[in-house]
Amino acid sequence: MNFDRLKEKLEILADAAKYDVSCSSSGGTRKNKKGALGDSSISGICHTYTEDGRCVSLLKVLLTNHCIYDCAYCVSRSSNDIKRAAFTVEEVVDLTINFYRRNYIEGLFLSSGIFKNADTTMERLVRVAKKLRLEENFNGYIHLKSIPGASDELMQEAALYADRLSINLEIPTESGLKLLAPEKNRADMISPMRYIQNGISLYNDEKKIFRNVPKFAPAGQSTQMIVGATNENDLQIIKVADHFYKNFNLKRVYYSGYVPVLEDKRLPSLTTEVPMLRENRLYQSDWLMRFYGFKAEEILDPNIPFLDLEIDPKLSWALRNLNQFPINLQTADYRMILRIPGIGVKTAKKIVHARRFQVLNIDHLKKLGAAVNRAKYFIDFDAGNMYLRYLTDKNFRKLLIGGSSSKFQNQFSQQLTLF
Amino acid sequence: MITLLYDGSFDGLLTAVFEVFEYRYKDVEIFNRERFHQENIFAEIHEVITQNDKAERVLSKLEQNIGKSGINQLLKVFLSEDPESEQIILSAIKQSIQHPVENILQNYADNDILKISKICKSVDRERHRMTAFVRFEKMQDGVFFAKIDPDFNVIPLIRKHFKDRYQDQKWMIYDLRRNYGILYDLENCDFFYPDEKLNLDQYQQKFHEEEAQYQKLWQRYFTKTNIVERKNLKLHIQHVPRRYWKYLTEKS
Repeated sequence: MNFDRLKEKLEILADAAKYDVSCSSSGGTRKNKKGALGDSSISGICHTYTEDGRCVSLLKVLLTNHCIYDCAYCVSRSSNDIKRAAFTVEEVVDLTINFYRRNYIEGLFLSSGIFKNADTTMERLVRVAKKLRLEENFNGYIHLKSIPGASDELMQEAALYADRLSINLEIPTESGLKLLAPEKNRADMISPMRYIQNGISLYNDEKKIFRNVPKFAPAGQSTQMIVGATNENDLQIIKVADHFYKNFNLKRVYYSGYVPVLEDKRLPSLTTEVPMLRENRLYQSDWLMRFYGFKAEEILDPNIPFLDLEIDPKLSWALRNLNQFPINLQTADYRMILRIPGIGVKTAKKIVHARRFQVLNIDHLKKLGAAVNRAKYFIDFDAGNMYLRYLTDKNFRKLLIGGSSSKFQNQFSQQLTLF
Repeated sequence: MITLLYDGSFDGLLTAVFEVFEYRYKDVEIFNRERFHQENIFAEIHEVITQNDKAERVLSKLEQNIGKSGINQLLKVFLSEDPESEQIILSAIKQSIQHPVENILQNYADNDILKISKICKSVDRERHRMTAFVRFEKMQDGVFFAKIDPDFNVIPLIRKHFKDRYQDQKWMIYDLRRNYGILYDLENCDFFYPDEKLNLDQYQQKFHEEEAQYQKLWQRYFTKTNIVERKNLKLHIQHVPRRYWKYLTEKS
């Protein structure tokens, strides 16, 4: 093994892969076989965090950053004058296994620039996964990037060896995609996704009848959208996400605030701030849709197409729907308790358990972990609640913002503080 | 006030709890014998001798009332080494005997139960972090060795995780603070208790010849996968508190 050359390649190909957001290793169900290496747990493990605060769970690299496409937002685009490199299949396998053995990672996230054409590239990605599974007896997590336009046969093989597959939608709107990635089209992205989706539902049917059906993309599919490279609004983004959750059974949609790295007249200028707060609000909305029972239409509507940057989306919903409040902690059902600003899934569950034993008051709520500074205005306690009088106050919103400043406010601002 | 002294094992603690009921003690405190310093010379001392059948009887009663997961929670409180842990566990067991039908561990409005839930949360977090932040280093004899120094005694809680994961390599995890560990030799996965602290002098000279190379590759990967434009050290430290940095190859 030539470690110096390997190190050089790793530096180039990790650097080029870093803008891909997905790094989660969750949803894996692959158990270790006797005497083999690796085991995947449903919740996944973040093994470390980069200095930008993002989790590192998988070895996330490109197989190569050679690319025939010239997408404006991508550092690996063909017209960009950068160092190029390509791993051999053996090198990726060796890095994965040796990092895994030292407990640095949960597995591999392998993406690639497109060299030659879709199938040649996809075939190479599949070969890495196949070698890991069949020759190295590796049962850790493998996430492969599906290449738009890849054939059904290759997608079939990919799904047999990988845990998760993903295709990045990149730009939320078709017009935006046309502008920034004229050589790509939505149809080429959709068709491998559709193939995997059908395969997964077929697998689930067969699983009910036969015991030993080989796993087929057990951790499902995900995608990512870049936010802020074109002028789409948050409503459009949430609608796209909702569409893919509903019609493609996606496990996750990731949002990536555009980091301006390239000079191009079609793109925001290099001095534009990364829209971190907006990205954060989109993730909060995503959580509301996946875990809190909110519909996309409830989070935003055509009259207000952007998420409120001052307050979180749940609080924002509550302010628009004051008629739903106050909610009685002792009698309301779980679904409504989840809708109280400042109460999360875990606290809501604790409330439903604890109220069987005694009547809850505001002190209990604090101890159970609710953000009482927000929640207190929306709850009716059996003993009464003096904060309820603010519900009808015209300046309620101001009061709320004054009383609870977002913990992200300073963190996500790139403005330097003087002292 | 009666003071029960036990040997510091979980079975010993359960034996002590059994004897609280057996002798109908009302006003009691339970202490680990090794950590006990007698302050009140008039206190009545009751020495507990660990008896597995007594511990078993407490366990089976508990399993009926609060289930295996409830016992697991009490075990986590025990492993937290919290100075109040014996008192809290006794309180929970008493409540569980009084209300056998309900799972009293869900009564979060009770102070002792809330403490249990909080301690479990801390211990779980530490356990999870130990599955994440353990870094094995390959030694000349092919064993993958990791040293840890967690705030809570989590080794019993991570054994299965690593056992499931690494079946085709020999490995060891050693708790520096508590001077014991787990060892997997391709067949068995057992605790080991050395008489003296392991001698880790010239540790790095005993590395396998390729170890330094993979460490360097990992460090370079860690640096290169960071997006400088998004730098957020506050968030970074929130996720990886400084006290864990000593474990992390990428941080050295």
